[in-house]
Amino acid sequence: MNTRKVFARIYIWIVLVVLYAPILFIAVFSFTEAKSLGNWTGFSMNLYKNLFTGSMQNSSGLISAVENTLVIALIASVIATLLGTVAAIGIFNLKGRKKNVMNFLNNIPMINPDIITGVSLFLLFVFLHISQGYTTVVLAHITFCTPYVVLNVMPKLSQLNPNIYEAALDLGATPMQALRKVLVPALRPGMISGFILSFTMSLDDFAVTFFTRGTIGLDTLSTYIYADARKGGLTPELKPLMTILFLLILVVLLIINIRQSKNSNKK
Amino acid sequence: MKENIIDIRHLSKSFGDKKVLDDINLYVRRGEFITLLGPSGCGKTTLLRMIAGFLKPDEGSIMLDGKDIAGVPPHERPLNTVFQRYALFPHLDVYDNIAFGLKLKKTPEDEIDKRVRKVLKLVAMSDYEDRDVETLSGGQQQRIAIARAIVNQPKVLLLDEPLAALDLKMRKDMQIELKEMHRKLGITFIYVTHDQEEALTLSDTIVVINEGKIQQIGTPTDIYNEPVNAFVADFIGESNILKGRMLRDRRVAFIKHEFDCVDEGFGEDVRVDVVVRPEDIYFTTDPAKCQFTAKVNSCTFKGVHYEMYVDTDTGYELMIQDYDPYPVGSEVMLYIDPDDIQVMKKERTENKYTGTVTAEGTVEFLGAEFECDTKGFEVGEDVTVKVRFEKVDLLDHEDEAITTGHVEFILYMGNHYHLTIRTESGEKIWVDTNDIWDKNDFVGIKILPKDICLEKVTAANE
Amino acid sequence: MNKRSNWALPYFIFLVLFVVVPLLLILVYALQDASGHFTLANIGKFFSDGDSLSTFALSIEVAIENTILCILIGYPAAWILANKEYNKGAVTVVLFILPMWINALMRTLATAELFTMAGIQLGKGTLLFGMCYDYLPFMIYPIYNVLNKMDKSYAEAAQDLGATPGEVFRKVTLPLSMPGVLSGVMMVFMPTVSTFAISEFLTNNKIKLFGTIIQENINNSMWNYGAALSLIMLVIIGITTFLQGNESEENSVGGII
Repeated sequence: MNTRKVFARIYIWIVLVVLYAPILFIAVFSFTEAKSLGNWTGFSMNLYKNLFTGSMQNSSGLISAVENTLVIALIASVIATLLGTVAAIGIFNLKGRKKNVMNFLNNIPMINPDIITGVSLFLLFVFLHISQGYTTVVLAHITFCTPYVVLNVMPKLSQLNPNIYEAALDLGATPMQALRKVLVPALRPGMISGFILSFTMSLDDFAVTFFTRGTIGLDTLSTYIYADARKGGLTPELKPLMTILFLLILVVLLIINIRQSKNSNKK
Repeated sequence: MKENIIDIRHLSKSFGDKKVLDDINLYVRRGEFITLLGPSGCGKTTLLRMIAGFLKPDEGSIMLDGKDIAGVPPHERPLNTVFQRYALFPHLDVYDNIAFGLKLKKTPEDEIDKRVRKVLKLVAMSDYEDRDVETLSGGQQQRIAIARAIVNQPKVLLLDEPLAALDLKMRKDMQIELKEMHRKLGITFIYVTHDQEEALTLSDTIVVINEGKIQQIGTPTDIYNEPVNAFVADFIGESNILKGRMLRDRRVAFIKHEFDCVDEGFGEDVRVDVVVRPEDIYFTTDPAKCQFTAKVNSCTFKGVHYEMYVDTDTGYELMIQDYDPYPVGSEVMLYIDPDDIQVMKKERTENKYTGTVTAEGTVEFLGAEFECDTKGFEVGEDVTVKVRFEKVDLLDHEDEAITTGHVEFILYMGNHYHLTIRTESGEKIWVDTNDIWDKNDFVGIKILPKDICLEKVTAANE
Repeated sequence: MNKRSNWALPYFIFLVLFVVVPLLLILVYALQDASGHFTLANIGKFFSDGDSLSTFALSIEVAIENTILCILIGYPAAWILANKEYNKGAVTVVLFILPMWINALMRTLATAELFTMAGIQLGKGTLLFGMCYDYLPFMIYPIYNVLNKMDKSYAEAAQDLGATPGEVFRKVTLPLSMPGVLSGVMMVFMPTVSTFAISEFLTNNKIKLFGTIIQENINNSMWNYGAALSLIMLVIIGITTFLQGNESEENSVGGII
C-alpha cells in the first residue's frame, strides 16, 4: 500500500516538474544578461534593473505593450462583469425557450476557439467599416469574457432564496435599494470570480487581439512577444517581466484557494 | 454452526483526537434484526462501516462466524450494505445495478436473470428493470438499493439509515416491508438509525449508543420499560426523569413523596434517578388511591391521546398522557403503580476532577485556574476537586467567566435542568440550573471560591 | 416595476451583434468572391488544394494525438489529485491549474528554447510534446473536478458488492468520470486544431497547422478564402459539440477559482 502511495507521489511530481520546467527556465535565465534564452553568461540583476528603469532597447514598445495589456484587461473585465451580472439575473428569470436560446448563445463564445472569435469579429469590423484599434480590441475581449461572468454568477442566483428580494421590498426598500443592499451582496462572490477569470483571460489572450487590433501598431504583451519572436530576437527584459507576473499570479491564486478551503473547513 | 454470527470485542476507533468508539463489546445472533440506535455523531455509523470493512478498527476484533475479519477487504466480506443515500450507480439501469455483484462473481447469465427477477418481485418493482435509476422516486430507489444488496445472498445485511431520506408516510410503509423482508429472507439485519420509534418498531434487539459507548442492549420492551440510565430514558420515548432517594428495598422517594416500587438492592438511603413514563401516571377520583395531587397546567390533543403538563403540590412539573382530557387549572388526584416506577443508579452525584494547587488561593482544573480556599494544601500539590452540580454558574458571556464551554446535553428533571457542558479543555462539567439553555449554546462557566471543595488525593478518591 | 427577465435584453442584443452576426459573416464571406458575388469557389479551392487538405489532415491528426496524450497523462494525475489518500492539500491542485494562467506564448517559447538547448530537433515530436504541455492542465482540471465531486459511496457500494479495487475503477469510477474526460477533450481538441502561434514556435515554422493557414490568408487580405477555411472549422466544432451533447456543461472552466 505504501509503495502505491510513493508511486503516486512520484508521478505527480514528475508531471509537475515537466509542467514547470519552461517557467523555471525563464525564471533562471532572467538572472543573466544573455540575449537569447538558454545562454548563461553569469549572474546578473541587470535585466530587472533595466525593466524597472526602462533603460533597454525598444523600451517604449514593451512598456506600452504592458500598459495596453493591463488597461484593456481592466476595462474589458469591469464591463464584462457588469454586463454579465445583469444578463445572469435576466437569464435566470427567463423561462422555457427564451432561456434555452440565451444559454445557447452564451455558450457559443466559450466553445469557439480563439481564432474563430478573432476572425469573425475581424470580418464584422471590416463589414461595418469600423477602423480597428483600442475600442475594437476591448469590445472583442468583452465578447469572450462575459459568458464566463454569467457562468459564475448563475449558481449564486440559484442558491439565492427567491424571496429575499421580495423580503427587502416588503421591509420598505425601493427596487433600487433592494438590488444594492440585498441582491448584489449575495452575488458578489460570483461576480468577483467572474471578474478575476475575465481579467486573466484578457491578459492571456493572443489570437483575438491579433485579429482585432488593426494596423495602427497597437500591441499587447502577447502580440509584442509574437512579433518579437518572429523577428528572431526576444527582448531579454521579457524574462524578468514574465517571472514577476508568474510569481504574482501564483501568490494571488494560492491566497484565494487557501482562503476558500479555510472557509469551507469552518462550515 | 455457531449461534452468534458476529462477535465484536473491545473495539475502539479514534479520528484524530476524538474517540468515536470506545471499547465496544457486542454479539449479533444469527437471523436477528438488531438496531444500532443513537443520536447523530454517537459512533453508530462508524461501527457499521467497520463491520462492512470501510474502516479499520484501532483496537479490538470483529469475528464473523468465528473468524476474525480484520484483514479481509470489503469486497471479500460476505456482507452487503444498503447505503444512506442509496448509492445506486447512475450510469447503469435498474437491472444492471442489481446484477452488478452477480456479474462480478461471473454468475451464468440465466442464473443472474432468474435471481434479479426474483428480488425485483420481492421488492415489488418487477416492471422497472429497464428504468434509469435517476428517474425513480426516493422510495423506489430505496427498494432497488435493498434488492441490489440482497440478491447477493449476504450472510448479514447492513442498513445505514436507509429510510432517513423518505417522507413520514413512505417511511412507515417501508418499515413494515423491511420487517416482512427480514422474515422472508431469514438473514441477519444490522440496522443503523437515530429514530427511536423506528428502532422500537423493527428490532429484535436494540443497542443504544451514545458518545462511542454502548449504553444499553436489550429488546425494545426492555429498553423502553427499564432504561438503565437517564440518557436512554430520555432518548427512547417520552419520560419524566426525576431525582430520587431509595429509602430501602421497594420504597423510593421523589417529587417529595414516597412511593412503593419493585426495585431492590440499591441499599438504604441512596440517591437515584427515577423514570416514570407519561402514560403510567394515572388520574383517579378515589381519595384512597391518590398518592399526590397536582394542578393541570396545559392540555394538548395529540391525535390518540391528550398530553398534559401538571404542577404537583410539591412544585414539580410532570408530563402525563391520557385518553381523557382534564381542564386546565383543575386540581387532579394522581397515582403511579409500583411496576411503572423505574429506578436507576445515579452515574454521578457531583463533579469530581483531579487538579493542582498552582498558588496560594488558586487551583487548576478543567484547563483553567479557579480561586478557592487552599488552606491546608501546598502549592504544586495534586488535589481532588469536588463541585456540586447546582453550584456551577452559567453565564451567557465570557466577561466574568473563568472558562467556557458548549451545552452538549439537556435533561429536564421536573423542577430543574441537568446540563452536560463540554468545556474548552474537552472535559465535561455537569450543572443543575433553573435557567433555560439550548443545545450547543456557548456558555461561560463560573464557580464561587466557597463552592470549590478540595480534598487530599487518597487511594479511595482515585 | 419592470420585469427582471428584461434584464437579459442588453446582453441578447450584444450577443447577436458580436457573436451571431460575426459568425454569419464568416458564412457570407466564405460564399463570396472578392467582388462580392456569390460563389462556391472558396470551398472548392480548399478541397482541390493538396496543401490545404494535407495541412488540415495533419492538424486533425496532431489534435487527436495530443488529446489522447493529454488523457493518458492527465487522467492518472487527476485521479491521484482527487484521491484523499494520496493528496490532502488543495495547493497541489492549484499548482496543476496554475500554468493555465501564464501567458501561453511565453511558455511555448520557453519550451521551444528548452528543446533547442537540449539539442532536440524541432519538428513533429516537439510540436506534440509542447502542445501536450500547453493543454494538459485543461484536461486535468475537468477530470479532477468530476472525480473530486463524485460521491464516495459509489465506490464503496461497488466494493461492498464484491468489486476488487481494479474492478471498482473499471466499472464505476471510469464510466462516471466520462463527462469530465469529454469536457477535457473539448478544451484540448479544438484549440489544438486552431492554434497558430504555438505550432509556429514549436516547429520553427516547419510545420503549419490549420490555424496558421487561416491566419496567413486573413493577414494577406484573402478574407474570402480565410472565411471559407474558418467555416470548415466551424463545421467541425459543430460536429464535436453535437457528439459531446450537453452532458458536461457544468464542468467547464467557469469554476476554476
